[in-house]
Amino acid sequence: MSVITYRQALRDTLRAEMHRDENVLLLGEEIGVFEGSYKITEGLLKEFGERRVRDTPIAEEGFVGAAIGAAMLGLRPVVELMTINFSLIAIDQIVNHAAKIYGMFGGQTSVPMVIRTPGGGGQQLGATHSQNIELFYSFIPGLKVLAPSTPAEAASMLRAAIRDDDPVLFLENLGLYNTKGEVPDDDDTVAEIGRAAVTREGTDITLIGYSRMAMVTGQVAERLAEEGISCEVVDLRSLRPLDRETIVESVRKTGSAVIAEDDWLTYGIGAEIAASIQEGAFDYLDAPVRRVAMAEVPMPYAKPLETAALPSVESITTAVKETLNAVGRRVG
Amino acid sequence: MADTAKPKGGGTARTTGGRRRSRKASTDAASTIADEQPKVLLDYYRQMLLIRRFEERTGQAYTQARIGGYCHLNLGEEATVVGLMTALQERDYLFTNYRDHGYAIGKGMSPRRVMAELYGRATGVSKGWGGSMHMYDTETRMLGGYGIVGGQLPLATGAALAVSYRGGDEVVMCQMGDGTTNIGAWHESLNIAALWNLPIVFVVINNFTGMGTTVEKSSAEPELYKRGSAFRIEGVRVDGRDVLAVRDAATDMVERARAEQRPFLLEATSYRMKGHSVVDPAKYRTKEQAEEAKANDPVLAFESQLEEAGVLTEEIKKEIAESVRAEVTDAADFAENSPHPEVSTLFDYTYATPVANESRRMPADPVFAE
Repeated sequence: MSVITYRQALRDTLRAEMHRDENVLLLGEEIGVFEGSYKITEGLLKEFGERRVRDTPIAEEGFVGAAIGAAMLGLRPVVELMTINFSLIAIDQIVNHAAKIYGMFGGQTSVPMVIRTPGGGGQQLGATHSQNIELFYSFIPGLKVLAPSTPAEAASMLRAAIRDDDPVLFLENLGLYNTKGEVPDDDDTVAEIGRAAVTREGTDITLIGYSRMAMVTGQVAERLAEEGISCEVVDLRSLRPLDRETIVESVRKTGSAVIAEDDWLTYGIGAEIAASIQEGAFDYLDAPVRRVAMAEVPMPYAKPLETAALPSVESITTAVKETLNAVGRRVG
Repeated sequence: MADTAKPKGGGTARTTGGRRRSRKASTDAASTIADEQPKVLLDYYRQMLLIRRFEERTGQAYTQARIGGYCHLNLGEEATVVGLMTALQERDYLFTNYRDHGYAIGKGMSPRRVMAELYGRATGVSKGWGGSMHMYDTETRMLGGYGIVGGQLPLATGAALAVSYRGGDEVVMCQMGDGTTNIGAWHESLNIAALWNLPIVFVVINNFTGMGTTVEKSSAEPELYKRGSAFRIEGVRVDGRDVLAVRDAATDMVERARAEQRPFLLEATSYRMKGHSVVDPAKYRTKEQAEEAKANDPVLAFESQLEEAGVLTEEIKKEIAESVRAEVTDAADFAENSPHPEVSTLFDYTYATPVANESRRMPADPVFAE
């Protein structure tokens, strides 16, 4: 067992998968000579050469589409999109092609590819570089959308994504790259796509998050434990397929829920989860389901504004306490 | 306004800009016919006629509501389709746009299964999941008709990348219409194909109207084969109404793409005899244009050439006509008598690798049944 960063976990997994399968190749902007904007692909060009680690032109529609076409012929391309914001340039290829090819041709060919891409606010990158637009992709049948929150999960889920025969959007978060965690050495665990994880058991309330918010809700639970509040934490990990059963089971047990999401509130992923709770655990609810999300504004650059716009340990803690107060359990 | 109907070069074969051709493109169609094996010529004629009759039948079935959705026909483009398909080896891959029925047949798919797809039947090439715009067949390497203008270009480029990655000697042909040459994916795909030395032939079917907008109104450089030069891709224009000229130019490019491992661009000037789709009355066309097109019908023109050359006798003509009619009738009967896909298969083609917790909910089902 080693303690490594999320970034290192991704890099180690890419390297191991490339050694394991000759069909795995990497495509993306600045992933070769520059070694990746966020240094995920550091050292891989030197190790595997230009045939397998391919710098692309700044032409997202072109190279994402090319990866899809290559996947149709059996390669397993792993595309790095420098940020999820740039995926909008390639959205036709992702939504109209990657997601549809297996279905619209009656299952004759699949698209075994991965699009790795970071997103998220908090880096003072302004409106067009701080978005979490995973919702666009989570809406689409035919795509799989994964959002791991720890280094160990990043590794086992990236392995699963690369070995899966469908197109996978693999969401990273700029706020997670430097986080550390234990990852088993010589691990070859392949995560099961479509399963959420209960990362902390509790009895008073269920906290639901994914990606960076799964980490933050964990911190909230830890803090509240000191005040005698027992939170159950659910890490969604997979946004499509969505593991409604685990969510509902947890809320049936605790009777209340707070959802934390790094995207906008209206129509957001939290809305889908709240609806699922309503459909599956209405009779068990002791209080309305609360959602803590990003402020519904284009992300500002100025630090105090940006900080205020993002969900935080504080804002989630407040929502939890208010929910428990509504239940009738006086806290804080 | 350009005369959209008139092929450059007066209806005879003409290629421009090619450096070297394995088969010399002639400027005299009649003499080229003299160089050909009668068997080969009759085979081209039969394929053209098959596509013609198939598409006529398709149009009919559409108006009878046997076929739903959109329906873009190859009528008037038979010489282009057959010329292009003849240039491909069996192992070569093909990507097309939504005007794909003729290509599907030309690449070797059975007309029965193409028609069944149009009828939305389980026996269709895409099991009834694709319809008119999405013919696909792994076996004959027709890797799909695509409905979004230019969506197929990056995909075809990627297929050529896979071929190149594995050191294979297959070539990818990527067909599109003239309107495609103005979208971003055109520029991105040609650039990537040239940068990475990919064995792909981009084929622009220039029928001079992107739906109803003329090529002059939509393309700053309306001589589309020239637009490859921005990527150092050799381009050639050929008269798409001349099956032998198309075949020669396409064969040259396919074989050079194979041998030299780089992309090429072929423009075939063409004319679709109907509107953009079956429901388009093509009011943007002048009466003169329509008449000119009728007078230059590629199937009839080839027929007369073969008759003049003594290749096509009355007897053979009748024989071919009858066998084509029988094949189309058989295809329609097959489609008509095939079952629709079972509703129980609705969720079978969302994911290739099955997943936990996939939603298989029918419209009225609750998420959680208690």
